[in-house]
Amino acid sequence: MNHGPAQPELRGLIAEFENEEAIVAATQKTVDAGYHHIETYTPYPLDELLDIQHLHKNKVALVILIGGLTGCAVGFFMQYFASVIHYPINVGGRPLNSWPAFIPVMFECTVLFASFSALIGMMVMNKLPRPNHPLFDIERFRYATQDRFFLCIEAEDPYFEKDATRQFLEELNPHEVNEVEA
Amino acid sequence: MSQKAIDIEQVETYKGDGFVAPEYNNTTVTEKISNIVLRSHTPWGLFLAVAVLLPVVGMLGISITWLVLIGTGIWGLNVPVGWGFAIINFVWWIGIGHAGTLISAILHLMRQDWRNSINRFAEAMTIFAVMCAGMFPLLHVGRPWLAYWLLPLPNTMSLWPQWRSPLVWDVFAVSTYFTVSLIFWYMGMIPDLGTLRDRAKHPIVARIFGVLSMGWRGASSHWARYEKAYLILAGLSTPLVLSVHSIVSLDFAVSLIPGWHTTVFPPYFVAGAIYAGFAMVLTLTIPVRKWFKLEGLITTRHLENMGKVTLATGFIVVYGYAMEMFISWYSASPYEGFMMWNRMTGQYGHIYWALIFCNAVSIQILWWKRARRSPVVLFTVSLIVGVGMWLERFVIVVTSLANDYMPSSWDYYAGTIWDWSLYIGTIGFFLFMMCLFIRFLPMIPMSEMKMVIPKHRKKDA
Repeated sequence: MNHGPAQPELRGLIAEFENEEAIVAATQKTVDAGYHHIETYTPYPLDELLDIQHLHKNKVALVILIGGLTGCAVGFFMQYFASVIHYPINVGGRPLNSWPAFIPVMFECTVLFASFSALIGMMVMNKLPRPNHPLFDIERFRYATQDRFFLCIEAEDPYFEKDATRQFLEELNPHEVNEVEA
Repeated sequence: MSQKAIDIEQVETYKGDGFVAPEYNNTTVTEKISNIVLRSHTPWGLFLAVAVLLPVVGMLGISITWLVLIGTGIWGLNVPVGWGFAIINFVWWIGIGHAGTLISAILHLMRQDWRNSINRFAEAMTIFAVMCAGMFPLLHVGRPWLAYWLLPLPNTMSLWPQWRSPLVWDVFAVSTYFTVSLIFWYMGMIPDLGTLRDRAKHPIVARIFGVLSMGWRGASSHWARYEKAYLILAGLSTPLVLSVHSIVSLDFAVSLIPGWHTTVFPPYFVAGAIYAGFAMVLTLTIPVRKWFKLEGLITTRHLENMGKVTLATGFIVVYGYAMEMFISWYSASPYEGFMMWNRMTGQYGHIYWALIFCNAVSIQILWWKRARRSPVVLFTVSLIVGVGMWLERFVIVVTSLANDYMPSSWDYYAGTIWDWSLYIGTIGFFLFMMCLFIRFLPMIPMSEMKMVIPKHRKKDA
């Protein structure tokens, strides 16, 4: 197929719904119809959508665990290095590696590193920050962070076909269907 | 929008028993909260507050400048009382900050949904309170420009911090606490910043919120990771908040001073912190919900719950007082026994009894439901508790130091005018920052409110 330069490539079709029930029902039907490359946009997380889209499993917890363990190790070796390797001071023969006294700082470092991993890990996996996005070109998409619910079927889906998919979305009784340009 | 026609008047005067006024839905809650930030109208109460607070912030600047120029000699510190206002205020402010983390993290883990309308506000309070707290130890070191010596930085003398000292633990605990609170606060705000970006009329305002929101789009796959990260952050903040005030209390407990060397200190300090912090949340929310007409979102029911938490944590603190008294007798140490007797009847006896009145007696009125539901009573009690908790720290810090083992070194300590101006200055700074926050950022989390409105509705019905 040869698109002329005037015709921008299509990224997907997005439908707007007015309430929770409508978006959940529509997403269920879309998944049942065989579409996989879909995404929903909501002003607050909807558990039902996470179920339907199988989004409950993600790697955030693992990243935070790794971050926390790194912090713990860094906290310990920072103190170990200073007290045992770099500047050992013999105070009445007490052990240089007094690890019980190192625990508070190790704990604080664990939490500090884990928290940064939580924020940065969440951001990176969500491919944020991304100040602009083709979706923002859609006039009504700004209600996605307010009180409307959006369902997008992406063009890369094997079942995606511009007219048929549009027809399908229209039948779900949305408020409006729009094209997302790439 | 189709749902635009709401009866705002009724929302403003909501007197019902629920957690949310019936007029609020996804549309109206977004409108109500984002309008506070995006509309140019500012309530006169806020203007008045800023007008009063600005000179106080100036006083803080002068106090710090004079301190840096002259030195800690301008304070009332001397042998034997080397820990005066600076440490009292440090502990007091850190404690106030703790309620923010309690509300946002611990109540989140316990699925106390009602916390969703006050958590953002309380988290902001944490951040500004920890800022105020952090000032005191930094200034107390005498040469604040060398405060970076507290950190384990390589230096020409190869010296490292003393890792076995609670004072060094404190450096790590407080700086971690501030950073983690900031991350938690900011992360919680990202979806709301996106809402503000999408609602802003002015392109520059939209641009600013666009950058701050990191391009949040509300995709479900994003929400899934966001929620997981938020939940784990809450789980991390919970032990963190307990560790911070425990470590602060170890600054005292690890020493051998009578009245300080007790094992009850960590839990007792944490309870006191949450107690003072909840009181501060009440002190601030009560006027703010009036100025911005938020009675429909922060309802009487919320105030009542906060009143209950204040009463409960107050009793834990009273238990701490009782244990201190009991152990000072049970330990059979003459120094501990004298310390307690001296606290109650000595040169600072009046302060001790004032603290007992503020922290143990005044809250008893909260047993009555009518009192817990009355903003005036709650506001008054919360102020009294705030003062009481400051007096408690004064009693702990000063009475033990002023009259310790050797009568020949006893002395009387009182703050100088510079002690007071710095302390009042930080209060002004704290309130000033809160004023800026409620005007320029969403003070109630919109996305979290939308999550719980249907649940509240079910419960309220």
